[in-house]
Parts: sequence; C-alpha cells; structure tokens
Amino acid sequence: MPELVKFKLNDKELTAEKGTLLIEAARQNGVEIPAFCYYPGLSLQAACRMCLVDIEKRPKLATACTEPVMEGMVVWSDNEKIHTARKTTLEFLLTNHPLDCPVCDKGGECELQDMVFRYGAGGSRFVEEKLHVPEQKWSPVVYYDAPRCILCYRCIRICNEGMGVGALGLNYRGVNSEIVPNKGDHLECEECGMCIDICPVGALTSGAYRYQTRPWEMTYVATPCAHCGDGCKVTLSVRNNQIMRGNNRDASGLNGEFLCIKGRYGYDFTHSAERITKPRVRKNDELVECTWTEAIAAAAAGLKAAKTHGVIGSTHTTNEENFFLQKFARQGLKTPHIDHRRSADFPALMDALAGRPATPSALATSRDVLEAPAVLLIGNNPTDQHPMLAWNIRTAVRLRKQHLYIVNRASIPLVAQAEAAKIAKAGEEIEELERFRDALAKEKDVVIIFGSEVKGADITKLVAFGDTLPGHTRYIALADNANSRGAVDMGVLPDLGPGYQPAAQAGMALDEMLAGNLEAFLIVGANPARRYLIQAGKAFVVVQDMFLTETAQIADVLLPSAGPYEKGGTVTNTYGEVQRQKLGLLVNGAKTDLEILSLIARAMGFDLGAANAATQSNEVFEEIRRSVKGYNIAAAALWTGSAVPAVTLNGAVPHRDRPDLIASSNDTLFTSGTLGRYCSALSAVAEAKERKNPEGIGK
Amino acid sequence: MTFSAPLEKRFARMLQSYPQKRSALVPMLMYAQDEVGSLTDEVIAEIADRLGVTVLQVNEVIGYYSMMHKKPLGQYHVQVYTNISCMLRGGFKVWDHARKTLGIGHKQVDADGRFSLEEVECIGSCCWAPAMQVNYDYHHNVTPESFDRVINELKKGGGQ
Ligand code: SF4
Ligand code: SF4
Ligand code: SF4
Ligand code: FES
Ligand code: FES
Repeated sequence: MPELVKFKLNDKELTAEKGTLLIEAARQNGVEIPAFCYYPGLSLQAACRMCLVDIEKRPKLATACTEPVMEGMVVWSDNEKIHTARKTTLEFLLTNHPLDCPVCDKGGECELQDMVFRYGAGGSRFVEEKLHVPEQKWSPVVYYDAPRCILCYRCIRICNEGMGVGALGLNYRGVNSEIVPNKGDHLECEECGMCIDICPVGALTSGAYRYQTRPWEMTYVATPCAHCGDGCKVTLSVRNNQIMRGNNRDASGLNGEFLCIKGRYGYDFTHSAERITKPRVRKNDELVECTWTEAIAAAAAGLKAAKTHGVIGSTHTTNEENFFLQKFARQGLKTPHIDHRRSADFPALMDALAGRPATPSALATSRDVLEAPAVLLIGNNPTDQHPMLAWNIRTAVRLRKQHLYIVNRASIPLVAQAEAAKIAKAGEEIEELERFRDALAKEKDVVIIFGSEVKGADITKLVAFGDTLPGHTRYIALADNANSRGAVDMGVLPDLGPGYQPAAQAGMALDEMLAGNLEAFLIVGANPARRYLIQAGKAFVVVQDMFLTETAQIADVLLPSAGPYEKGGTVTNTYGEVQRQKLGLLVNGAKTDLEILSLIARAMGFDLGAANAATQSNEVFEEIRRSVKGYNIAAAALWTGSAVPAVTLNGAVPHRDRPDLIASSNDTLFTSGTLGRYCSALSAVAEAKERKNPEGIGK
Repeated sequence: MTFSAPLEKRFARMLQSYPQKRSALVPMLMYAQDEVGSLTDEVIAEIADRLGVTVLQVNEVIGYYSMMHKKPLGQYHVQVYTNISCMLRGGFKVWDHARKTLGIGHKQVDADGRFSLEEVECIGSCCWAPAMQVNYDYHHNVTPESFDRVINELKKGGGQ
C-alpha cells in the first residue's frame, strides 16, 4: 500500500499518495490548478508560473507543478493573492502575444484563450508596440509562429523525451526567446507532429491544416489509423466529406498521446486524385469505365465461367470483409485457394502456445508493453515499422525503468534505450538469446516481441526458451499492416479457417496460386503483382481496390472500393486488440469491399447472408462473435471505443509451415506499402528520401 | 579539429573536473572563442561531440549568453555599459561618443577589424560608473576624454 498523507486544500481536508505533486493531488480531488508547462509524464519545467499556489508559512507563492504534497501541508489555490498572480502571469504572456485568435488555427481549442477567459484580467497595461517576427516553415508539415509561443518547453520535452529525437531547442533570451529547429532554419526529424499536438497555443501549426478551417466547423471521428499494425486511434477532423486534419484530439486510444506521421498526415490518400471512383471492365484489352450493374454482372459471369478460383485478401480491409471474403471463397466459389500477404507467423505462435489459459494470457497487449518490467525485442525496427511500439518502449524505459534487451541483425535506434543489445547473424537470433539468459532470469516478467525474422520452427524454440524464464512470459508477433492480424484471425489462409481452425480442405498458398493454372482470381485490397508475375490474359481477374495499382491494371473487372476511413467494421492490431473502425466520410462512387462482395454473391446466386448494405457490417460482426473462436468479445466495450483483446489461444493449430512466405515489407516512417504511395504528405518531407531500415531487418 | 596544445591540456583537465561532462560547456566555449576568434560551426560541432550534447544544445547556450559570438569581433572588443547606474552617471554620453569616434554602431566591427563595439547591460561596476570593458580589461569612471585616451593607447598597440 502506498503511504497516504493528509493535507488541506482551500480549507478542505484531503489525502493523497506521499510524493504526489500538488497539482496532481489537487486534480485527483477535483480541484483544477491551471498550468501551461506542466505535462504529465514529461520532466518538470516550472517555466510558466501559471500554477502558483499559496502554502502556509511560505513567504512566496510556490509552483504546484514541482511541489510534492507533504503531511499537514496547508494550501490555498483560490484566494485573492492567487487570483492576482494568475492575472499578472497572463498579462505578461499576452504582452507580445498577437491577438490574432480570429485567424489562428488554435482559436476555439487554445489553452491560452481558455485560461485568459477563466483567470485573466479584463484589461492590459501594456501599451508598447508588440515585437513581431515572421512565421517560419520548418518542414512541409511543421510551421512555427514565434509571437504566439508562450515558451512552455512542452514541444522540446516531447521531442527529447517522448520521441527521443531532440530536434527542438530554445534560443536567445528574454523577449527574443524562441523555439529553434535543429538545422537552423528547418527540421531534420521524424516529422511526427507530436510537438504540434502538445503545443497549448497556435505557435506550432500543421502544414496540412493551417488556415484551412475553424475547429467548430468540423465533426470529429476517432478511428484506428489505416497504416501499420499498431492500431493507434487517430481523430479525423471532417468537414463536408473532406478530412481536414488528423490528430490525437482526446488521447483516448491505446496509443495515449502518440501518433506518427502516418497516422497524423497519412490520411490524404482518401482524397488523392488517383482514386478510382468508377467501375471498369476490360474491352478490347482496355479497361473502360462502366456502370456498377454492368461491372458486377461481368465479375459474376467471369467467376461463374471459371472452374478454378484463387482468392487473395487484404491486410487493410476490415475483419468483416475478410471473414465474408473467406466465406465467399469457401462456401460460394467452393475453392480452398485463399491467402494474403503474410508478415508474421501467427499460426506458429498460437500453435506453440496451445493449451495455455486465457488468463493470465501468454499473449501480450500493447498496454502490457507499457507496464512490463522487461522487454526482449528480437528483430524488427519498431522506430520505423511499429512507431507506437517504439514510443511505448521509450516511455516505459523512461518512466518505469523497464529493461530492454535487443537481439537484431543490425543496430536499430532503440538500442539507445536498451539495457543490452546483441547483433546476431541471420537465422541465429534464437541461439543468441542464450547470452541474455542470466539477465532475463533475474527479471520479474518478460514480454518477448519479435519481427518477421522469427518464424516457423524458430517460434517453437523461442517459446521453449521463454518457458525456462521464471516469470510470466508473454509474446507479441509483429505484423505490418492495420489488419494483418485480422486477416489471419479471420481465416484468409489456405490451411486455416477463422479462429485458427483447420480448413475443411487445404488450398494453395499465395505463391502457388499465382504460379498455377487457376482460371480466375478475386483480389481484394491487395497488390500481389508488385511481387509476383501474374500473367494477364491467362486468367480472369477481378480486383477491388482504391487505386490503379499494378494488380488493378491487369484486372478484367475493376471495382472501386471505399478506404478505411469510409466505412464501419472492426480491425485487429498486431497485439490482437480489436477496435471498431468508424465511418468518417463518404467518397462518391466507391463502395465498401463488403458491399461489393455481397453484390457479386447475390449476382452469382450464393446465399451467404448479410445482404442489407446499411447494416451488413454489424451483422457480419455478430456472426464473427458467434462463430469465430476467440472473438466472442464484449461488444459494448468495443462500441464505446475501447480496444478489446481477442482470445486466440485455443487448441493446437495444425498448420502448414511456410516461413518463406513470411516477410515484412520493411516500411519506414515515410512509407506504407502500396497505400503509402498515394499519401503525398509522406513523400513531401525531405527525410523520406534518405530514410531506410538497417540492412537485414525484416527478412 | 584540435586546439593549441595548452588549450587541449586545459580542456583535458576540465573534462575531469565535473561529475557531468556537459558542465564544462560554458568555459570551453569561452576559451575556444578566445583562441579561434569566434564560435565557428566547426568549433561548435567539436565541442558538442566532446561533451556528448547536440549541436542544437550548444547553440542554445551560445544564443543565451551575449558574451558568446558566432561572428569574429574586432581585435579590441569595446563594451560600453548603459544600465541604470551607468546611465545616471553619463553612460549614454560615453556610448554616443564611442559610436562617433569609432565610426561603428552596436555589434559592428570596423573596416580593418581592429575595433568592435557593443552596448551592454551591467558588469557590476556600479560604484565606479560609468564603466567600459575592452576585451577582459575594465575601465571605470569613463568620460569621453578618458575613452579617447584608452582608444589611442590601444591604437598604439597597448592592452591585452
Ligand atoms: S515533428 Fe516530431 S520529431 Fe519533429 S520536432 Fe516535432 S516532435 Fe520532434
Ligand atoms: S512552441 Fe508551443 S509547445 Fe513549444 S514552447 Fe512555444 S508554446 Fe510551448
Ligand atoms: S504507429 Fe502505426 S498505427 Fe500508429 S499512427 Fe503510426 S502508422 Fe498509424
Ligand atoms: S505549470 Fe507550474 S510553472 Fe508551469
Ligand atoms: S488562439 Fe491562442 S494562440 Fe492562437
């Protein structure tokens, strides 16, 4: 039990845990002490003087953000002295602050506005001319307006401590003080925009959003990010069916404060000029636009005429869509040949852990990473491939003294946070673990996280190693995309159906399908032509996609699909946490993959249920909850925005090992597979050109 | 880059003197500036590297202190004090006279690089105001006449 102390705040007797900062102790008891520079989780700065309180027997006012609460302390946060102090502090902050709130991006959601409204004086004694300096463009996505800056150091601290980048500093002094970027007049950094989100005023603004709209003109939709497998929640600010901004408005997701550049700026594919919004069919060897009726009929006829079919699913579409797709394949087309691009060996992991109890689970969630006393990371470069994971690890090392052990083929940025790191030759990662055995044996509980380098039989060996550790060992396999895990859980595999149950009849894997003589393909939200040679003309190819990808170009029927921000449904991140995707906006002409599939199903006379376009994703989800092992999850929690772990540890998983098919696409912070090519914000930043994952990662 | 042998020796000693290496930053910058003439990008990168801090952090410190310069000063850097005590006792008269005599303004260097001028706040010589400082030499109770004497002396090659 933590020790409690008694103290008095505004004449009320209260208690708090010993050592709690006064500002937090007050907050816990429902009293707000205003603050600018104080930010939970960051180092203390005491720069703004907004949090002043009156402590008994102290001659001067004290900063509540640095004062630990003590037994018997008598504190006032609400008396005449404090009111005057706050008014003066705000008057000072406003001496050079331009009163341009009517055009400032932050107007309406600005902490300075709110503070002045609540605590400020009615007038100002400052009649001198304000010091003005021009705004600065630090990168295509980060702008700085020095006159609006209140010098709270939040941006500097989030970049130093949270991001571990250290790209911001404070230069000059007094009235001339301003925030400076690391390259003099521009930034060289991760371009995450965390500094913009954390800025209490409109000093740091987003290149994608500035001077576009007012906060109260938009609606806000919190939904999982479309890109990597971490599943951050991003808030889309939408006006007139257009995404104006991506940010982390309420920090209510499993990502806490965090978003990387992809979550924050990588929504622009939605409005890309390259979106296809009209169906096309091939006529005289050319894809020509047509009506939906014609395209669906052509797809149905072509698929019906073929005797053998291959079906390829997506790592970006929803669980409902992938579940329906495998049903379409197995029950509709009656083909066993279904697969997707794999980047983590989930079946091998579930098999190795078969028979373990649901609680405490042997699978770790993203929150477990934050709380684990020790993490063993094998392979992967989370800083680029799983930015939120890297953020969680940095946070845990910084705030909870987590011990990080790394085995990798190259040195990765997280080595800076590591207790110990070893370079291993490709394929020798597991043997290399022996060197950590003694250290790991002293740790309480270890979370073992591994990239696509560890697969097949290595996973069995890894679990055997984990079993020898004394504590409760938990595992995380890292897969590339927003719903890579969901694709596996929903049975978009040739050997496994939904819930890791053996398929009634085993089919061909992706490479075998594409090399074989199948007569027709149905490819949904995937771009296999990027890696494999698909011989156009040989087979009948139906493609559902947002863009004219390499695969879409060889289609016989091309059906324009809706993007992840344009539909409901659920997705499962690489940690197995299921989240609800929310409809943010509609793009004219596109239909969701689920709707397209049910239209084709109906045209082919399949009875696969879920025909009503408006409610079908909910209906399919209910079917998933009823029938997929591990997915009978609490719908209420899901519906109110929580991330709910699926319970995918069941019996043994008899699967066909194909380690050669498991590979990461090694995305950097500025790439995102095929989807990333249509995000202009990602390629606009200068760092995008140089950024590479170290040699040997993710193979 | 390397500095002169005596300075390298001094730096080596400094690095041992603090529990944290970075504490040596300010004195190292001052000594390096005296030797090199100004804090060039090369000097900044070198010191950042030796102390395990970023170039940005070194620049933060340089930007904060008015006695650190990124551009070369004159051979004699003349600083005239005009804060309250000096102001009350004729500091501005000296300042105006200095600008006229040297033909340069605040933070400027003359054509042959001999003199540079700067208006500054306070060196704690209020009891002998107005004060002036040339490189590391203090001059007290300055008048336009005594200012001329000091400058002429320097022109003849005196001073440090
Ligand atoms: S965008 Fe991110 S990495 Fe760049 S300065 Fe801001 S916080 Fe730091
Ligand atoms: S730019 Fe914003 S976050 Fe950074 S110091 Fe200024 S007000 Fe604070
Ligand atoms: S870490 Fe992954 S899920 Fe989170 S914002 Fe970045 S790309 Fe999106
Ligand atoms: S919040 Fe305490 S000084 Fe800024
Ligand atoms: S409205 Fe507050 S800084 Fe712009």
